[in-house]
Amino acid sequence: MLPKVTSQEILQQLKSALLIRRFEEQLIKLASDRDIGHFHVYIGQEMTGVPALRLLEKGDLSFTTHRNHGHLLARGVPAKQMYAEILGKETGMMGGRGGTLHLCSMQHGFPTTSSAVGGATPLATGVAFAFKRLGQNRVSVCLFGDGALEEGSWHESINIAAMEKLPVIYLCENNSLEALGQKAGEYPSSTLAAVNLTDLVSPFGVPTIQVDGCDAGAVHEAMNEAVQRARTGGGATFIEARTVRWPGSRSIWPKLVTGETNLAAAWDASLISPEYEVWHVEQDAVLRFIREILAAGLMEPKAVLEMDQVIKAEMQAGIAYALASDYPAAEKALDLVFA
Amino acid sequence: MRTLTYGQALVEGLRELIESDERIHIMGQYFLGLTPQRALVGELAAQHPERFYYPPIAELGYVGVAIGAAMAGLRPIVDLATASFMFQAFAQITNEMANIHYMSGGQTKVPMVFHFNHGIRGGGAAQHSHSPQAMFWNTPGLEIMLPSTPYDVKGLLKTAASTDNPTAWGDHVKLFMIEGEVPEEDYSIPFGVADIKRKGSDVTIIATSLMVQRSLAAAKVLAAEGIDVEIVDPRTLVPLDEAAILKSVAKTGRLVVADECHRSCGVGAEFSAIVAEKAFGYLKAPIKRVVTEDVPIPFSPPMEAFVEPGEAKIIQAVREVVR
Repeated sequence: MLPKVTSQEILQQLKSALLIRRFEEQLIKLASDRDIGHFHVYIGQEMTGVPALRLLEKGDLSFTTHRNHGHLLARGVPAKQMYAEILGKETGMMGGRGGTLHLCSMQHGFPTTSSAVGGATPLATGVAFAFKRLGQNRVSVCLFGDGALEEGSWHESINIAAMEKLPVIYLCENNSLEALGQKAGEYPSSTLAAVNLTDLVSPFGVPTIQVDGCDAGAVHEAMNEAVQRARTGGGATFIEARTVRWPGSRSIWPKLVTGETNLAAAWDASLISPEYEVWHVEQDAVLRFIREILAAGLMEPKAVLEMDQVIKAEMQAGIAYALASDYPAAEKALDLVFA
Repeated sequence: MRTLTYGQALVEGLRELIESDERIHIMGQYFLGLTPQRALVGELAAQHPERFYYPPIAELGYVGVAIGAAMAGLRPIVDLATASFMFQAFAQITNEMANIHYMSGGQTKVPMVFHFNHGIRGGGAAQHSHSPQAMFWNTPGLEIMLPSTPYDVKGLLKTAASTDNPTAWGDHVKLFMIEGEVPEEDYSIPFGVADIKRKGSDVTIIATSLMVQRSLAAAKVLAAEGIDVEIVDPRTLVPLDEAAILKSVAKTGRLVVADECHRSCGVGAEFSAIVAEKAFGYLKAPIKRVVTEDVPIPFSPPMEAFVEPGEAKIIQAVREVVR
């Protein structure tokens, strides 16, 4: 279902989702003929991050993970600066010191990005602690995967958030539901005795919401409720967004197994290859969002393709900018250890 | 000048910070351990309850909360109580706190202080006696202060709370009752400025924390033997006043290092390496380290005394280097 927002906002959400999809497809292609180190992509989870993060306001702070590209793009970090940082260039947001694992932008509400699983749950809780002590009507959001719930930091954080009634939203993107994990030589999937992820929350008395993370409308509604609760002194919320693991993210290194997304497959079923039919027909959240937009008559297919062309051109320009940018002077490695 | 105990000076520093800067919030209340003076912290907390937070027994969680709060506008001072408990929080200290400013390319600051009571306190055994400062020194991004007097603890604390960097603040439990002069008026001690705790000409002792007090006691004994000891207290390991260390060694030509970390890769090992690299030509004798032996700290009193760097070992080491 579409989020209950203005049609203009729906189009902005699509633009943001396409930006993420095209950014990462081009990144995977870029990595095919050069070593840019290990990285993780957000493909398939766009319709969780986009509607959720677009509810935040300036001054609200958010935390992401090693799978951060989509979250930063959804809050407006320029693609070209992100490509530059991922390539280790001087023009990246962190001047090449962090790379893909630590992409952050304070001015866009990402103070730091921990790529240690469970690293950010206490940090996001602490930001909410400061907001409350300073009497600021702001929200802290912690985005993480199901794996972070295996860490002790999770239990310590939610205990503090619950006892102090902190304005923090724990948005867990569960992409382990179908994943085969290490047993099948794939990327790890959850290893938890709990039957439902929300079982790990209920003892603390924090409200939980479980949504289909590929359903933009459901994510928007859940996040809206959580943001309202946080802003009105109601404390923390835990949201489990059940996403799919894109087939290209099952392997240890991302692979463009489903090809560059053909948006026309949203309205022309004959373009769908049988090999990844389930992905294209049922799972791809961006195609699903486009189908919903078309069904609601908010856009024509032609307009979708035009929007896509503009974004694709922006990605090409962003990559060209990053490739043309200089590496930082090596001795700058010694700077910025201290403020 | 008036005289205060170390514990009184520490709590006075906390009080002045709380009353002068509303961003200062205190997490935890075991700054003075379980010593009788701990009531001073309790009084302060009772007077400023809105500025104290009494966290659950979740060091990883609440140190992380302090880091997050520091990024969002507070200046938290967090107490980890016994230094050994900081291992529970190690992931947040070394992998988050210390790295954030650097890996964000300077975008994000973490202005906070975390406090721990280090060292062999007597009967603490292996899990309540750690001196983890060498581990912090091996973690770029942390400033480290190790006061040794009432004057220093208050003055260094003021600086720690005002810098935009995270500071590790270690006190030795055996320092809390010592007395010293502390001025009534406001003052602070800049980081990276060593203090010559005793001027002398025959041998340099670089000492930290409680070992400064033990070295002062040792120097009296040695003076009676005609050995004139100079004691250099770096006060902060990061930043380190290398110039003061090298200057003293250049003058005396002999060095004993007194520190409570374990021998291997300890603070004493680093001081020794710096002097060996940069002042070798001045040395008239091999450097001696008076440090804790490379074993977990045993409980039994004679065993504990055997492994710790006591006053007698300092005296012995100095006699050996001046021989």
